[in-house]
Amino acid sequence: MPGMPDSAAVALEQTWQDHWARLLALLVGRFRRLDLAEDALAEAFAAAVRTWPADGTPDSPAAWLLTVARRRALDQLRSEAIAFRREPLMVVDARARQAAATAVDDGGHIPDERLRMLFTCCHPALSPDARAALSLRFVNGLTVSEIARLFLVQESTMAARLTRAKKKIAAAGIPFTVPAPDRLAERLKVVSAVVYLVFTSGYAPTTGDDLLRTSSAVEAIRLARVLDALLPNQPVVLALLSLMTLQHSRRDARVSADGRLVLLPDQDRRRWHAEEIRAGLDLLRQVPADASGLAREYLLQGRIASEHAVAARSADTGWRRIADLYAELEALTGSPVVRLARAVAVMEADGPDAGLILLDGLDERLPRHHRLPAVRAEFLVRAGRTAEAGVSFELAIELCGNEAERDHLRKRAAEITRIPPVTPKG
Amino acid sequence: MKIAVLLYQDESVWANATEAEVAQYMADHDAFSEAASHRGKIVAGEALASVSTATTVRRRGDQVSLTDGPFAETTEQLGGFYVLEVHDLDVAVDLVKLLPEYTVELRPITEY
Repeated sequence: MPGMPDSAAVALEQTWQDHWARLLALLVGRFRRLDLAEDALAEAFAAAVRTWPADGTPDSPAAWLLTVARRRALDQLRSEAIAFRREPLMVVDARARQAAATAVDDGGHIPDERLRMLFTCCHPALSPDARAALSLRFVNGLTVSEIARLFLVQESTMAARLTRAKKKIAAAGIPFTVPAPDRLAERLKVVSAVVYLVFTSGYAPTTGDDLLRTSSAVEAIRLARVLDALLPNQPVVLALLSLMTLQHSRRDARVSADGRLVLLPDQDRRRWHAEEIRAGLDLLRQVPADASGLAREYLLQGRIASEHAVAARSADTGWRRIADLYAELEALTGSPVVRLARAVAVMEADGPDAGLILLDGLDERLPRHHRLPAVRAEFLVRAGRTAEAGVSFELAIELCGNEAERDHLRKRAAEITRIPPVTPKG
Repeated sequence: MKIAVLLYQDESVWANATEAEVAQYMADHDAFSEAASHRGKIVAGEALASVSTATTVRRRGDQVSLTDGPFAETTEQLGGFYVLEVHDLDVAVDLVKLLPEYTVELRPITEY
């Protein structure tokens, strides 16, 4: 912030980092309107920029901001009440809004506004895209342009999506509460899926040149930590946090110095974050072994990630165990993507022919998916069927939307033409 | 807040319902009404006659045209509605779960 004394600027930045999301949640708790709370808090921060350098940083910056924001919100409500008399058609659902403003706090069994905010943002009546965007905005405190960048859309598109979602929350009567205990498990699944969607949107972008947008993974892990801190010992949250922690521990090794994708067997394992792996394994042990449903899915994926994480060298990987874990995961989800991953594990454990059998029938279920021909190509290379592998690589390159991955495929296709075909022994 | 509960179903399901199924429908609606009276109130509720009895009126300027039938042909038809007064969407969703197997659209009612 130009022109501000350093101490005031630092204090303001720190207050934003530490308190923005909590203050916003408190204001929504009080006024039940996201737009009003958001604007009032923005004005309070603007007031701080103006007054803190001259008057000094208040003893309790967060309380100062909350007081100012509350006053702004009340001013706004008063001016809306006046406008309401002049332009009755402009104000929607005024009575409901008034009722909401005085409603009793029925999320009391877990007293944290941020948790309520997260459940509101992840309400099943909102579209999955909107849930993720709202959570990043109102729980993580990202700006609209930061969220737009994470989702690879124009800022105006993301702003419109958020505006629509905020209107839906207000007009549809989506409550600002933590769900009742009998509905908590079901709603936690929705929240967890949103968190994982945010994580994977950064982990494996399918378009664009930026191979690993690690910051959305960081934000997803932050979201899960908030959730775990506020609602401890939930199997689905523990399993998800463990899975993400283990996968994220490999981030530095996944891209080479010149920006190329590095596959698991070729990664420099010294660049994995050992501390994070330990934390991930520790979380994994806290997940009950009989976890079911989505918690079981994350648990199985976490166990798979842990098998990779504990192998000192690629050759030490427990492929047999990984293949078994994938088999259970496939039975649970019926997902063709899981089948593809299982085929890789089976190929490593039992050889290329066993792997190729598992790829049968996947073409119809994963049309235009570049990983399928890429995986088939690698299996064919192992089986010594170089010419067929070349054809599969070509198809994969054609379908792949990510520049770094396409480069990797081209490199592999060029390599195999230099390898003489394997001649069967005997 | 007030929420309109719009009930959609393929009309032939109701037309072909057995006596026992009709009784079950009635029981479900009674259970819904009972629960709604505890967690809010039912402001209005009606069952609609078949879409084959519908008349669609379109006015464009001075031109008024009448056509036989509903304004849109759909596989499921609007067969009835309630208007609920409840605290929020979640309450409405809980209540609607008690109704027979319809496709239900919940639409908040705008107050001017």
